[in-house]
Amino acid sequence: MKKEMVCISCPMGCHLTVEGEGDNWTVTGNSCKNGERYGIQEMTDPRRILPTTVVIKGAMISRLPVKTAQEIPKGKLFDAMDELSKVVVEAPVKVGDVVLKNVCDTGIDVIATKTMPAV
Amino acid sequence: MYDIIVIGGGPAGLAAAVEAKKEGVDNILILERDRELGGILNQCIHNGFGLHTFKEQLTGPEYAGRYIDMAMDLKIPYKLNTMVLDMERKDDDTKVVHAINEEDGYMALEAKAVILTMGCRERTAGAIGIPGFRPAGVFTAGTAQRFINMEGYMTGKEVVILGSGDIGLIMARRMTLEGAHVKCVCEIMPYSNGLTRNIVQCLDDFNIPLKLSHTITFIHGKDRVEAVDVTQVDENLKPIPGTTETIPCDTLLLSVGLIPENEISRGAGVEIDRRTQGPSISELCETNLPGVFAAGNVVHVHDLVDFVSQEAALAGKGAARYVKGHLEEDINFTTVNGDGIGNVVPEKITVANLDDSVNCYMRVRKVSTDTVINCYIGDEKIATKKARKFVPAEMVNFKIKKSDLEKYHDGELKFVVEPKEA
Amino acid sequence: MYDIAIIGAGIAGSYVARELARYQLNVVLIDGENDVANQITKANSAIVHAGYDAVPGKKKGLFNAPGNIMYEKVCRDLGVPFKRTGSLVVAHTEREMMTLQRLYQRGVMNGVPDMRIVFQDEVHEMEENLAPDICGALYAGTAGLVSPYELGIKVAENAVDNGVELKLNHLVTNIAKKDDGTFKIETTEEDIEAKYVVNAAGVYADDIYKMVGDPYFKILARRGVYFIFDKEIGDLVHNVIFPCPTKNGKGILVSPTVHGNLLIGPDAMPVEKGDIDTTQDRLDYIKANALKNCPELEHYFNKIIRSYAGTRNTPVADTYTTTSGDFIIEESPVKNFVNFAGYESPGLTSAPASATYCVEDVILPMLERDGVHVEENKDFNPKTRPHIIFNQLSDEDKKKAIEKDPRYGKIICRCESITEAEIVDVINRNVGATTVRGVTKRCRPGAGRCQGGFCQPRVVEILARELGCDMEDIMYDAKDKGYILSGKTKNQ
Repeated sequence: MKKEMVCISCPMGCHLTVEGEGDNWTVTGNSCKNGERYGIQEMTDPRRILPTTVVIKGAMISRLPVKTAQEIPKGKLFDAMDELSKVVVEAPVKVGDVVLKNVCDTGIDVIATKTMPAV
Repeated sequence: MYDIIVIGGGPAGLAAAVEAKKEGVDNILILERDRELGGILNQCIHNGFGLHTFKEQLTGPEYAGRYIDMAMDLKIPYKLNTMVLDMERKDDDTKVVHAINEEDGYMALEAKAVILTMGCRERTAGAIGIPGFRPAGVFTAGTAQRFINMEGYMTGKEVVILGSGDIGLIMARRMTLEGAHVKCVCEIMPYSNGLTRNIVQCLDDFNIPLKLSHTITFIHGKDRVEAVDVTQVDENLKPIPGTTETIPCDTLLLSVGLIPENEISRGAGVEIDRRTQGPSISELCETNLPGVFAAGNVVHVHDLVDFVSQEAALAGKGAARYVKGHLEEDINFTTVNGDGIGNVVPEKITVANLDDSVNCYMRVRKVSTDTVINCYIGDEKIATKKARKFVPAEMVNFKIKKSDLEKYHDGELKFVVEPKEA
Repeated sequence: MYDIAIIGAGIAGSYVARELARYQLNVVLIDGENDVANQITKANSAIVHAGYDAVPGKKKGLFNAPGNIMYEKVCRDLGVPFKRTGSLVVAHTEREMMTLQRLYQRGVMNGVPDMRIVFQDEVHEMEENLAPDICGALYAGTAGLVSPYELGIKVAENAVDNGVELKLNHLVTNIAKKDDGTFKIETTEEDIEAKYVVNAAGVYADDIYKMVGDPYFKILARRGVYFIFDKEIGDLVHNVIFPCPTKNGKGILVSPTVHGNLLIGPDAMPVEKGDIDTTQDRLDYIKANALKNCPELEHYFNKIIRSYAGTRNTPVADTYTTTSGDFIIEESPVKNFVNFAGYESPGLTSAPASATYCVEDVILPMLERDGVHVEENKDFNPKTRPHIIFNQLSDEDKKKAIEKDPRYGKIICRCESITEAEIVDVINRNVGATTVRGVTKRCRPGAGRCQGGFCQPRVVEILARELGCDMEDIMYDAKDKGYILSGKTKNQ
């Protein structure tokens, strides 16, 4: 498999070409070690933090910002959105509170990113 | 009489107030126009904030929350839902801030020093004058962001975005995740104005095309947007005939730049730098009016909030020194943008106020590699900033040592992009 | 059955409705739009002309100068911003100076006061930012600025205050003259019956008339494109600056606005009715022409906050019709059907005088002829309920206003300093705002430099709360089709 991508490890933005399969990958176009690491991660297990909102009742506004506590597999972003669209929390909420455990069986929790008192 | 009034309780205002308090000034008041502290960060629910300050990737509300906690721990008073109407400086140097809110009514608040941290606003459809009718469905990216992230309403289903500024990129991902179809992002320049990581994670991840050197030349639809004409532009940014494609959509988001919000500053007589559209400031963020300081996006638009906090802390320090009578006012150096540089902040430097160095923030005019930024006083090169690549989207922080400046009594610091020496 | 149905709630129709409300008549005012003053009245040059342009002897010449004089009182009664700034028609050549002389003579014949020809030095003393080659100007002290849509809205509101019924979103699709001489007006909502009809349908007036009679006039839509600049340069000129008129019209003007902005425009492109698109070439044309009189503008094109277009309704001749180029305000060949048409510039200025003429000299004599006895409406109140503009109050009055109603302490529109109380007030009146644009037209949130970027979500929220509906139901302008929000973000 072969893929081209832009490295985001630093502002340089090297255009990488990553080639290989399994545990065997070669990265070209990078200017440093970070680029190699980034390229291989993107091919083997790309992950992203998912920031979004959930419904909150009893607070000043009707949406609570949340995020996955760690990066989740990129392929599960939309499934996670679906699961989160059903979540309703009640104010008060503190930043860091878990609003959904183990989203999409990733073993990763979704946490509040804002403290919202009850009104 | 307050020692310091801070106008605006966003990231800049909070950082300034916190720093001033740490410097030993007690009598501070923050005036915030919105219903909570934290400013625009409250609607920036995406992550990527605070890498420099906290060494971790926070979301906007988390980053704001850290500073709000600091301000609360230091028991700094604040008023919410409070709008400053104007500010004046009296002959005895007292500043009077006129403000209103529902509880206190009309207030004339006096202070020894004022810190301006009102932030910026977005350039609008009107400002860029896209031809067509003026239907519903044209939003600035920030307005859509507020509707979606704070009010919980979508602003459309089929979206085209004009401008590849960071908010536009972030909203492309956000709306996609919420089920909208983002058809493309058009950027009139041959390069993006957003951070590379946003292009990768917000566009590439979702296969949203970024059309560089393309702009919107017509908005179709009378009552609601029905389509937009996307046209390629030449090197002079003029549309190329015959390259127009009509893309059906119900929403046009604009991410075409930010403008410092300086109506209060102007009204008070603060001198505005035509290049940044914000106040000309000193190394400790003092404007031309003694005791009036400014920091953050009201001075120049930053791409990272970390730099906003950094700059605002200087304003807090400067205001504290002013209140205590320790601020030196003799300007030694002015800064100027030479070839390849768009603007430089601060515009003036009083060496005696520096600890060991001064951070000069600047933007390059175009993308370059194999270049450096050199700082000259007269013909003498006093410092060089190296980077693998300079891009307009990323503000350069050029640190200049106090000791280097002390070799000269006064003069003009000129920043120039030059080829890397072999 | 109504006594009188007026088709078109622009400045003309609304003003006639208000003047009819002085009598005990059952009047209905019908419009196809989602708000009054939403077409020609919404987008024009916003100038109260002195009256030297109009050809003497015609209705235009007859009503312009008197209409101008009437503005003071009506704007005071209705709380509409109006400012007498004066105007300058500038000349670059000797030939143009001769045109100024002709205009001056016309002005004298039309009874225009406070006019004089001023020469080079004086022009540049009055206006420091005009082109140096301008060698003279016709100064007219009575020329002024008004907010045309605010006037249109307030006139309609005052009409409704005094008993006129308003039906919006009633687009007229057909009119039938019945055997008993009355009219059945079919609309997209319902049929409306009336004994008399006033056709004040602007660019559509000829289409409306065709529904009942043989066409004898034709209306051409001529589009005009404008730019509005930030208040920061609102005082670049102090008078309304006109170029020397040509046979194509008054030309591209540079003018302050009554709200303190600067306006340039318009061109005059013949277009399809309803076409108020702006186009790049027209926008460029406006800029180029404005520069001829005010080269200083070159530095300020980055201070433009909005471009827009409006239409004029120009009467033209074709195979079946002729035109004298004058206003058409008369009972038509179809008995009991009044045309108030071809009402282009100086229509706005002439509105007070022409509406009075339409009622006193056309409609009332028609009723009298038919043996209808018309009583005066003793309860007629020419004033609308006052509307407080917070940012124009003194510090002391600001204090008092917030004490009385804390919502004056809550600024919603930062750019224009508009408070929640003001927005609530313009929603909760007769002919109140129901849309975001409706709020903008009435009290300016969204008309400032951020163009609603900050305040639009708040305005939508306030509209939804005051009107008792969901935020999703709030429209930008047009009903149903002009939606702002497309649903909620979560499956709730």
